[in-house]
Amino acid sequence: MEFGLSESQRLLRDNARKFFATECPMAEVRRLMETETAFDAALWAKLAEQGYTGCIFSEDYGGVGLGKGELVLLMEEAGRALLPGPFFSTVALAGPVIDAVGSPEQKKKYLSPICAGEARSTVAIFEDAAAWDPTRFQVSAVNGKLSGEKRFVTDVAAADWIVVAASNGVFLVDPKASGVEIAPMSGMDLTRKLYTMRMNHTPAEKLGDVAGLAGALDIATAALAAEMAGGMQRTLEMTVEYAKTRKQFGKPIGSFQAVQHQCADMYLETESSRSAAYYAAWALEEKAPDATVAVSIAKMYTSDASRTVGNRGIQVQGGMGFTWENDVHLYYRRAKASETAFGDATFHRERIARLVIDVGAETARHA
Amino acid sequence: MDLNLSPEEVRFRDELRAWLQANAPQDWSEWREKSIEESFPYLRAWQRKLHEGRWAAVSWPKEYGGRGATLTQQAIFWEEMARVEAPPMANSLGLGLIGPTIIAHGTEAQKKRFIPKILSAEEIWCQGFSEPNAGSDLASLQTEAKLDGDHYIVNGQKVWTSYGWVGNWCELVVRTDPNAPKHKGLSVLLIDMSSPGVEVRPLRQMTGESEFNEMFFRDVRVPVENLLGQVNDGWNVAVSTLMYERGSYGARLHPLFRRNISRLIELSRTFKKNGRPASQDPITRQKLAQCYAEVEIMRLNQLRAFSRITATGAPGPEGSIQKIFWSELNQRLQQVAQEMFGPYGQLLAEDSHAVDKGIWSYGYLRTRGNTIEAGTSEVQRSIIGHFVLGLPKSY
Repeated sequence: MEFGLSESQRLLRDNARKFFATECPMAEVRRLMETETAFDAALWAKLAEQGYTGCIFSEDYGGVGLGKGELVLLMEEAGRALLPGPFFSTVALAGPVIDAVGSPEQKKKYLSPICAGEARSTVAIFEDAAAWDPTRFQVSAVNGKLSGEKRFVTDVAAADWIVVAASNGVFLVDPKASGVEIAPMSGMDLTRKLYTMRMNHTPAEKLGDVAGLAGALDIATAALAAEMAGGMQRTLEMTVEYAKTRKQFGKPIGSFQAVQHQCADMYLETESSRSAAYYAAWALEEKAPDATVAVSIAKMYTSDASRTVGNRGIQVQGGMGFTWENDVHLYYRRAKASETAFGDATFHRERIARLVIDVGAETARHA
Repeated sequence: MDLNLSPEEVRFRDELRAWLQANAPQDWSEWREKSIEESFPYLRAWQRKLHEGRWAAVSWPKEYGGRGATLTQQAIFWEEMARVEAPPMANSLGLGLIGPTIIAHGTEAQKKRFIPKILSAEEIWCQGFSEPNAGSDLASLQTEAKLDGDHYIVNGQKVWTSYGWVGNWCELVVRTDPNAPKHKGLSVLLIDMSSPGVEVRPLRQMTGESEFNEMFFRDVRVPVENLLGQVNDGWNVAVSTLMYERGSYGARLHPLFRRNISRLIELSRTFKKNGRPASQDPITRQKLAQCYAEVEIMRLNQLRAFSRITATGAPGPEGSIQKIFWSELNQRLQQVAQEMFGPYGQLLAEDSHAVDKGIWSYGYLRTRGNTIEAGTSEVQRSIIGHFVLGLPKSY
């Protein structure tokens, strides 16, 4: 048993860190967040060149064929860099859904351009009444046409096609198809844009059944938890740096325990988030019996921790932490959007309860 | 990243499991309700049996009677011990903290003299660190040792000594150079507790028990060969003991926490809250799920820490996050139990209405000590701030 990174995993992480620092520094993040879609074609081409857009997809489709353990490391670094644009939506969300529910022909058709860096995508999940629960979707296909409204869909304006989770299947929709109306939502996170998507007798291609959706959403959720851990890590680093240099009462404020202990808690929460996200990825990769619980544990913990780490980071940086020019609020905004995406801590606690309190009772009886 | 047990780890687990099946006592549940004084010979006998099977100190090197177990194997050991609800070992400080310190810093003669009897529970060890005026600021301790020919003469007072009442030997931190800076004038002595001038008094804690003692030393003569490590290098010796304490306890405690949360979940299915099982109360469900998740994260943090220790060779200051995590989680878990049981939560062992014979009311009180013993949460956070994050020292 070994819970450290392998040599090749360490290499992947270090390379990703260098790549994002060079290709997407904070100045670039700030430039992109002011654009309409936060998507940059040149940056995307470089992501594809690194193999990042195809990292977990099969070599049959031009991917790199790595595992979820590698995906979370990459997402962690993307989160640390606050990478704007549709990377998460395409690679950690739409790709795994297509991979899980599509036919071999569809996978070839839709995953290959993702791997090659030629296409972007996203998944429309959230509905007003159903939230993140796939068993309650109301959008449905009648005679192959979709009607209804999805909300909080990420990066739609940068997507070449949109995967739509409906009550009777998972479908693929061309954003230019008839009846599709897309409108931006104004979310806190400026780096990952949100949209509403309305469909009215919109023609759609069926990818597969809803049954395959849960596993793919678990992959996206674990990847998001890792991305959140990366954001926490960066917030911690900025905060510690500030506490070392900012002086009050003639001393660095980091020498005061009230400040230092906030930083220690940030460290504890960041490390714990990382442990939970890595384990969720490993459990998914191994199809461990506790994989779903592990994903919920990771998202539950990171949902609360990414907020508290941000709270502490802003507090420690005082007036500076409250300014627009300080980057900490950009991470804080992302953390809030991520907190509720795919279910917040309360949602996942209930999911854990169903799996270990309710289902646990049955397993106990059978044992 | 591979969290499957390796073939060797499976072999280790299976061998232990078979041994425990044949040797673990069946009557511990009757003994555990008795006082520690009454059950101590029982615990001593159990440790002797473990030692005969070479299971008393699996982490120790083979040449000293251990199995050279990896950290994962140590975690497996505690997991299996918890699975059969095995009793604790009598000499837990000797095995967990002081033995490893002697192996790391002791002379060959000291290892030969002390190690076998630590393993067999023939000699019980206690740890003389804290003093009335040196708790978190341990390095300011005042118990003094003055060299007189081939003996040290020890005078002073120690407090919060676990196993003091039954200890045959003590790892004692003393000041040997009062003129040096506080960290530079300390030494560690191994003291025979039957020496003239040693007095042990019970210290009654808020649970009503006396786990701890006060110890008084008046002109106690300690032969120089019982100096552990170099003279005036005692801080380093003591810190290595504390690192073992902070680094390894998580692995030991996790199975117990797991059992506690499983028991709470089991109770929630029958314990009524507002006319229905607590497991159907949305708020109770949330709180149980939170605890369940945190117990799992405690395990995962521990496994990641193991990988770091394996890579660097020694437990480091990161062990402090484990100490904070388990101690505060244990308190939260007891609080959830209290909320679930309502007025029944307060009932003590002797009350016939008490839940699980009072283990939860006891746990509620006892866990207040968790964030104080083995380094307060405040000290742990300062250690992280300074030694892990590189912030200026705050004390």
